Amino acid sequence: MFTFIQIQLLQVWQTALIALRALRRNKMRSMLTALGIIIGVASVVAMVAVGNGAQARITSQVSALGQNLLMVFAGSKKSGGVNSGLGSASAITLEDASAIQREVPDVAAVSPEVSVTAQAIANGRNWSTTVVGESQDYLRIRDWKLAAGSMFNASDIRSAAKIAVIGSKTANELFGPLNPVGQSVRIKNIPFTIVGLLESKGAGMGGANQDDRILIPYTTAMKRLTGDRYLRSVNVQIRSSDRMDIAQQQITSLLRQRHRLTSEQNDDFNIFNQKEIADTVNSISKIITLLLGSIAGISLVVGGIGIMNIMLVSVTERTREIGIRIAVGAQPGDIRLQFLIEAVTLSLLGGLIGVLFGVGASHLVGMFADFKAVVSSGSIILAFGVSSVIGIFFGFYPAHKAAALDPIVALRYE
Amino acid sequence: MSTPVIQLRELVRTYKTGEVEVKAVRGVTLDIHRGEFVAIMGSSGSGKSTLMNTIGCLDKPTSGTFLLDGVAVANLDRKQLAKLRNKKLGFVFQSFNLLARTSAQENVELPLFYSHPLVTLRDRHERSVQALEKVGLGERRGHHSSQLSGGQQQRVAIARALVSRPEVLLADEPTGNLDTRTSIEIMGLFQELNESGITIVMVTHELDIAAYCKRMVVMRDGQVISDTVNEKRRVARDEIAVLNQAEEKAKLA
Repeated sequence: MFTFIQIQLLQVWQTALIALRALRRNKMRSMLTALGIIIGVASVVAMVAVGNGAQARITSQVSALGQNLLMVFAGSKKSGGVNSGLGSASAITLEDASAIQREVPDVAAVSPEVSVTAQAIANGRNWSTTVVGESQDYLRIRDWKLAAGSMFNASDIRSAAKIAVIGSKTANELFGPLNPVGQSVRIKNIPFTIVGLLESKGAGMGGANQDDRILIPYTTAMKRLTGDRYLRSVNVQIRSSDRMDIAQQQITSLLRQRHRLTSEQNDDFNIFNQKEIADTVNSISKIITLLLGSIAGISLVVGGIGIMNIMLVSVTERTREIGIRIAVGAQPGDIRLQFLIEAVTLSLLGGLIGVLFGVGASHLVGMFADFKAVVSSGSIILAFGVSSVIGIFFGFYPAHKAAALDPIVALRYE
Repeated sequence: MSTPVIQLRELVRTYKTGEVEVKAVRGVTLDIHRGEFVAIMGSSGSGKSTLMNTIGCLDKPTSGTFLLDGVAVANLDRKQLAKLRNKKLGFVFQSFNLLARTSAQENVELPLFYSHPLVTLRDRHERSVQALEKVGLGERRGHHSSQLSGGQQQRVAIARALVSRPEVLLADEPTGNLDTRTSIEIMGLFQELNESGITIVMVTHELDIAAYCKRMVVMRDGQVISDTVNEKRRVARDEIAVLNQAEEKAKLA
């Protein structure tokens, strides 16, 4: 025989069939009612997908900078005033860079950076590019790979060798399809031998083309090109991301000490913390995603009100039917369940179609924007869950109204 | 004598419409036993419909007692009243009150849908077919109400009232929307059902329809003014036979 639960389930199933039939009878009306939920769910899914996609895109740009990177930039040079008069260091020197390497325990690698804009001449062509002096660890720090050849090594740095690694854009401008490795390039009339070709990295965070550059040993750059003891910046790689904040503090106090800054004086350098930037970008894009999602969520509520509206109409229209059902023995709970199932069916149907539309819209956005919209299963489950909750919430009042009808009045209703 | 299936003692039902209190039923005492066929008569406003609604457990008395099959109805909640209607009562209305766009059989199955314990689909099917056969509509069980004549619709309604095997069949002006001949046929069906042991209580304001019943209760101003056994009972079967003969003759002529 049936258990109690089986009987309950059977009753619910049969009531659901009645509800479905009622919805089928008014196909047009049911679809239009569900449309509110369809639009709501579709926009939640699409908005969250677009938000996630944008976030993933920005995060990948930040992580393309390298792994656990701190960049120490020289502060603005002070001209005149007491401090410079005393001859205090107003920029970062090579000694600062080696002190960082020596004295900060979490530092994995350091690359002092100098840069100069110069005309590069090779192969009968010339091209204005950025010549950057770096250490042999630069590519590892920036998580950058070579397309061909090799990077200069520690002994090249020591000997200030006249060798270069060329960016793909610069190589293309100077050599076209030719393999630049082994070729010679003249910078400020000094001939450099090209030993490596960088992999293309595309636009960086500032939008500048990272592929238009020539890397040379920083020693060579300082001796031959800038003739200066100051660095533009120091790229510092930290061993693990959770040590970055501590390392930043240590570098700050080290440099303040080395530059003999008193506690009243401001730092004469800036430290760019990759993790900090990534965190900020992440939290901003999370807020934007949340914002987009909640605006879309409002349309879900509007859709729910549409369901409530049509259910109230439906209850009024079917007053007599309700009266008949009550007269032959339907309990208030049976009537309530019938109309509740109708409302939930409408909203779930809307939710299902809405998810399909939302996924479709996300793909469409992905085709036109330069990033891929990421449809998360979480947003689908959430939108679906919310739409069924909306069905129950907004269906409850009409269903309650139906169940509370006086059968005598209902049976006489015209 | 056995205990009455319907037992009314000093039944009062008053309505409040705004400030005014309307006494629709003022102190009715009435016993109806199993196997009776009672007509409750009276002009409009006599309280007969209110009395019917109370007997039908659609309404509760303001005071007095109403025992249906020994159960005091006044103390029950909506849920229990629904159960009682489902199990013990069958309703036949003047305007048939069938579900639109629903087949005759599904209409008949409706009370079984709400019965506790649940009736299995197969039993539902069997019992609804039986009930439809009893009212002579076994062939038309798949028809929708819009495809049936008034008389046929009322037969479907009667089948629906019978399907849960109720103690009492309550009919509220069952012939009010039907022509004379169909009315006689429906009354014939009632008489047949009554002969097979079903208790019937019928509200009507037409004397010639009440004449098919065994007992006539007349109400005025919310009170019973007469309660008599119908001595000159009309027999629908004979009348239809006469009508048929007359038709045959007319055809021959």
